[in-house]
Amino acid sequence: MKYLGIEPKRLRVGVFDFTSCEGCELQFANKEETLLDFLGAIDIVNFREISSDQGKDYDIAFVEGSITRSDEFARIIEIRRQAKILVALGSCACFGGVNALKNAYNLTDANREVYGTAPRETLPTRAIKEVVPVDMEIPGCPVNKDEVERIVQHLIWSIPFNFPEHPVCLECKQRFTTCVFEKGQLCLGPITRGGCTAPCPAGGTGCWGCRGEAAEPNFKEFSKIAHERGFSDLEISERMAFFGGFEGEK
Amino acid sequence: MKLNMDVDVHHLTRVEGHGNIVVRVREGKLEEARWDVVETPRYFEVMLKGKHYTSAAPLTSRICGICSMGHQLASLRATENAFGVVIPPAAEKLRLLAKHAETLQSHALHLFFLAAPDFLGAPSALPIAESHPEVVQTAVRIKGAANRMATIVAGRAVHPVSLHVGGVQRMPKELRELKDIMARTLEDLLAVVPLFETFSIPEFTRETEFVSLEGNGHYPWIGGNLVSTDGVQKKEQQYLEMTNEYLDKNNTSKWARLSRNSFAVGALARFNNNYKSLLPEAKSLAKKLGLKPVSHNPFHNNLAQLIECVHVVAEAQKLIAELEGMQNEPTMAEEIKPSKGQGVGAVEVPRGILYHHYTYDADGRIKKANCIIPTTQNNANIHYDMYDLVDQFAAQGMDSTQLELMCSMLVRAYDPCISCSVH
Repeated sequence: MKYLGIEPKRLRVGVFDFTSCEGCELQFANKEETLLDFLGAIDIVNFREISSDQGKDYDIAFVEGSITRSDEFARIIEIRRQAKILVALGSCACFGGVNALKNAYNLTDANREVYGTAPRETLPTRAIKEVVPVDMEIPGCPVNKDEVERIVQHLIWSIPFNFPEHPVCLECKQRFTTCVFEKGQLCLGPITRGGCTAPCPAGGTGCWGCRGEAAEPNFKEFSKIAHERGFSDLEISERMAFFGGFEGEK
Repeated sequence: MKLNMDVDVHHLTRVEGHGNIVVRVREGKLEEARWDVVETPRYFEVMLKGKHYTSAAPLTSRICGICSMGHQLASLRATENAFGVVIPPAAEKLRLLAKHAETLQSHALHLFFLAAPDFLGAPSALPIAESHPEVVQTAVRIKGAANRMATIVAGRAVHPVSLHVGGVQRMPKELRELKDIMARTLEDLLAVVPLFETFSIPEFTRETEFVSLEGNGHYPWIGGNLVSTDGVQKKEQQYLEMTNEYLDKNNTSKWARLSRNSFAVGALARFNNNYKSLLPEAKSLAKKLGLKPVSHNPFHNNLAQLIECVHVVAEAQKLIAELEGMQNEPTMAEEIKPSKGQGVGAVEVPRGILYHHYTYDADGRIKKANCIIPTTQNNANIHYDMYDLVDQFAAQGMDSTQLELMCSMLVRAYDPCISCSVH
């Protein structure tokens, strides 16, 4: 049925997981006040974590996690082949997330540390877009379900979705959160892309940059503020490397 | 009787993470029955090296999306034990409340969305929303209440933000709202009990050693001594003697053993070791469901989880009432001074006992880290259970399809957190 002249699409959705904690998928089953409406608006044809139905006829693939082992290549290539729209879900899928922290270590040593003389196969962590083309990225650790819902609504009505480009700082101001710099904590809010509604500063924690860079981040000014408040280069770089979302500054 | 049977499940559905089931029966003889965890390793213990103590909880939180609260609590406890930090009483209560929120959320997710479909003959909870709308609406409300409590107390349900070394960042303002939510949730839980009473629980037992924290008059969640049903008792710092990890060639998860070739942790282990400390509401539900300690039927873990849901909601109500009288008390320790040394944190997370162990240098940076996950401890037990289960049910003439369902239900009964177990 058309609404204002637009035909809503019935989305056939697949949700897939690679190297990750599966917390972003879990967000699909959270926000309970609208959960049944959300699930009722789409057809979930493949979602291993919650369903034994494993249909291949999905149009949209939401992919959580990063690629860290050879068998994951074949799986993501097959998903890319099937999906009309491939969405990278969460920071691990978008830019490696915390999984990419291991890339700073020698993987042979890492294996020895964890598995002794019986190493397991592992590759340097790759974001999904480093392996197959990605149509849309929803960063966050975890993703914000409100934003996922809005994106799904836009897909249903074939309306382009504009990702926010402003920094997290703006959203703290909107919800009257006291700046965590004032509480003596480091915060990446001035340089991190907003859209999360800034739950971390509101909960008493500085931003860790899970959504990656805001548009035209002013790294120079940020660095000045952080240094003035007594934070060292090591503290700042450890924080910025945490989710791997600040490629430009490496 | 069918003589040849094969079960080959690649990436079992309705569990967190990636695991395979392989069963071969030839001419009535069981040749092979395996539970193989094939999840990709992420090397968290390596990533932790050199990190500042303030990064430990946010990083280890990412080991698991379902039990991130539990990882943070174990991580914070390990760091606080290493530095000799004592958290204020109000923070202890808030952390326990956050713990209960996670237990309720995780158990509800497992019971209604991952386990129940097998008992109702459905591939997922989605068709159940049409066949049993009231049940699914109630289940969603219970899970929503749990996540609301997590958000109020810890700032966010998945990867919470308010738990810091030294305590909790703030005293929530919404305790009154929480009180009402928990009262309704207790009613909701009791309303779904009749459905669980209709579930036909497979009759299978294998004598098992159950490991958990030891309740000291209280059903245990955060810290304390370790205990097993075979009579082993250890201190929290002696966790390595309780876990004894080793490698299996078919698994990226390690395996663990204690007095036997495997042991079990989780809701059933806690129930078996600490039945006496359950609150009256939970104990009366156990009686109603006919569950008594010590149960050696792994499928009873589902019932133990339901009983624990009632326990944590009843205890949450008490905690909220106590916190209402502590509104002006501090929630953070006054001073946190990093020091050279090591600390262990043991926490009962939804799937069983979780250990974090860090060694710090004088600057408060991690030199060595070790995390031992509940599902890591359960994986060998699932494997040996499966062997006995196939042996028993194949002898009864069960066909491959039924056997596959039974093996899958066995794994799901443990509510495994597989990516967590490999980390």
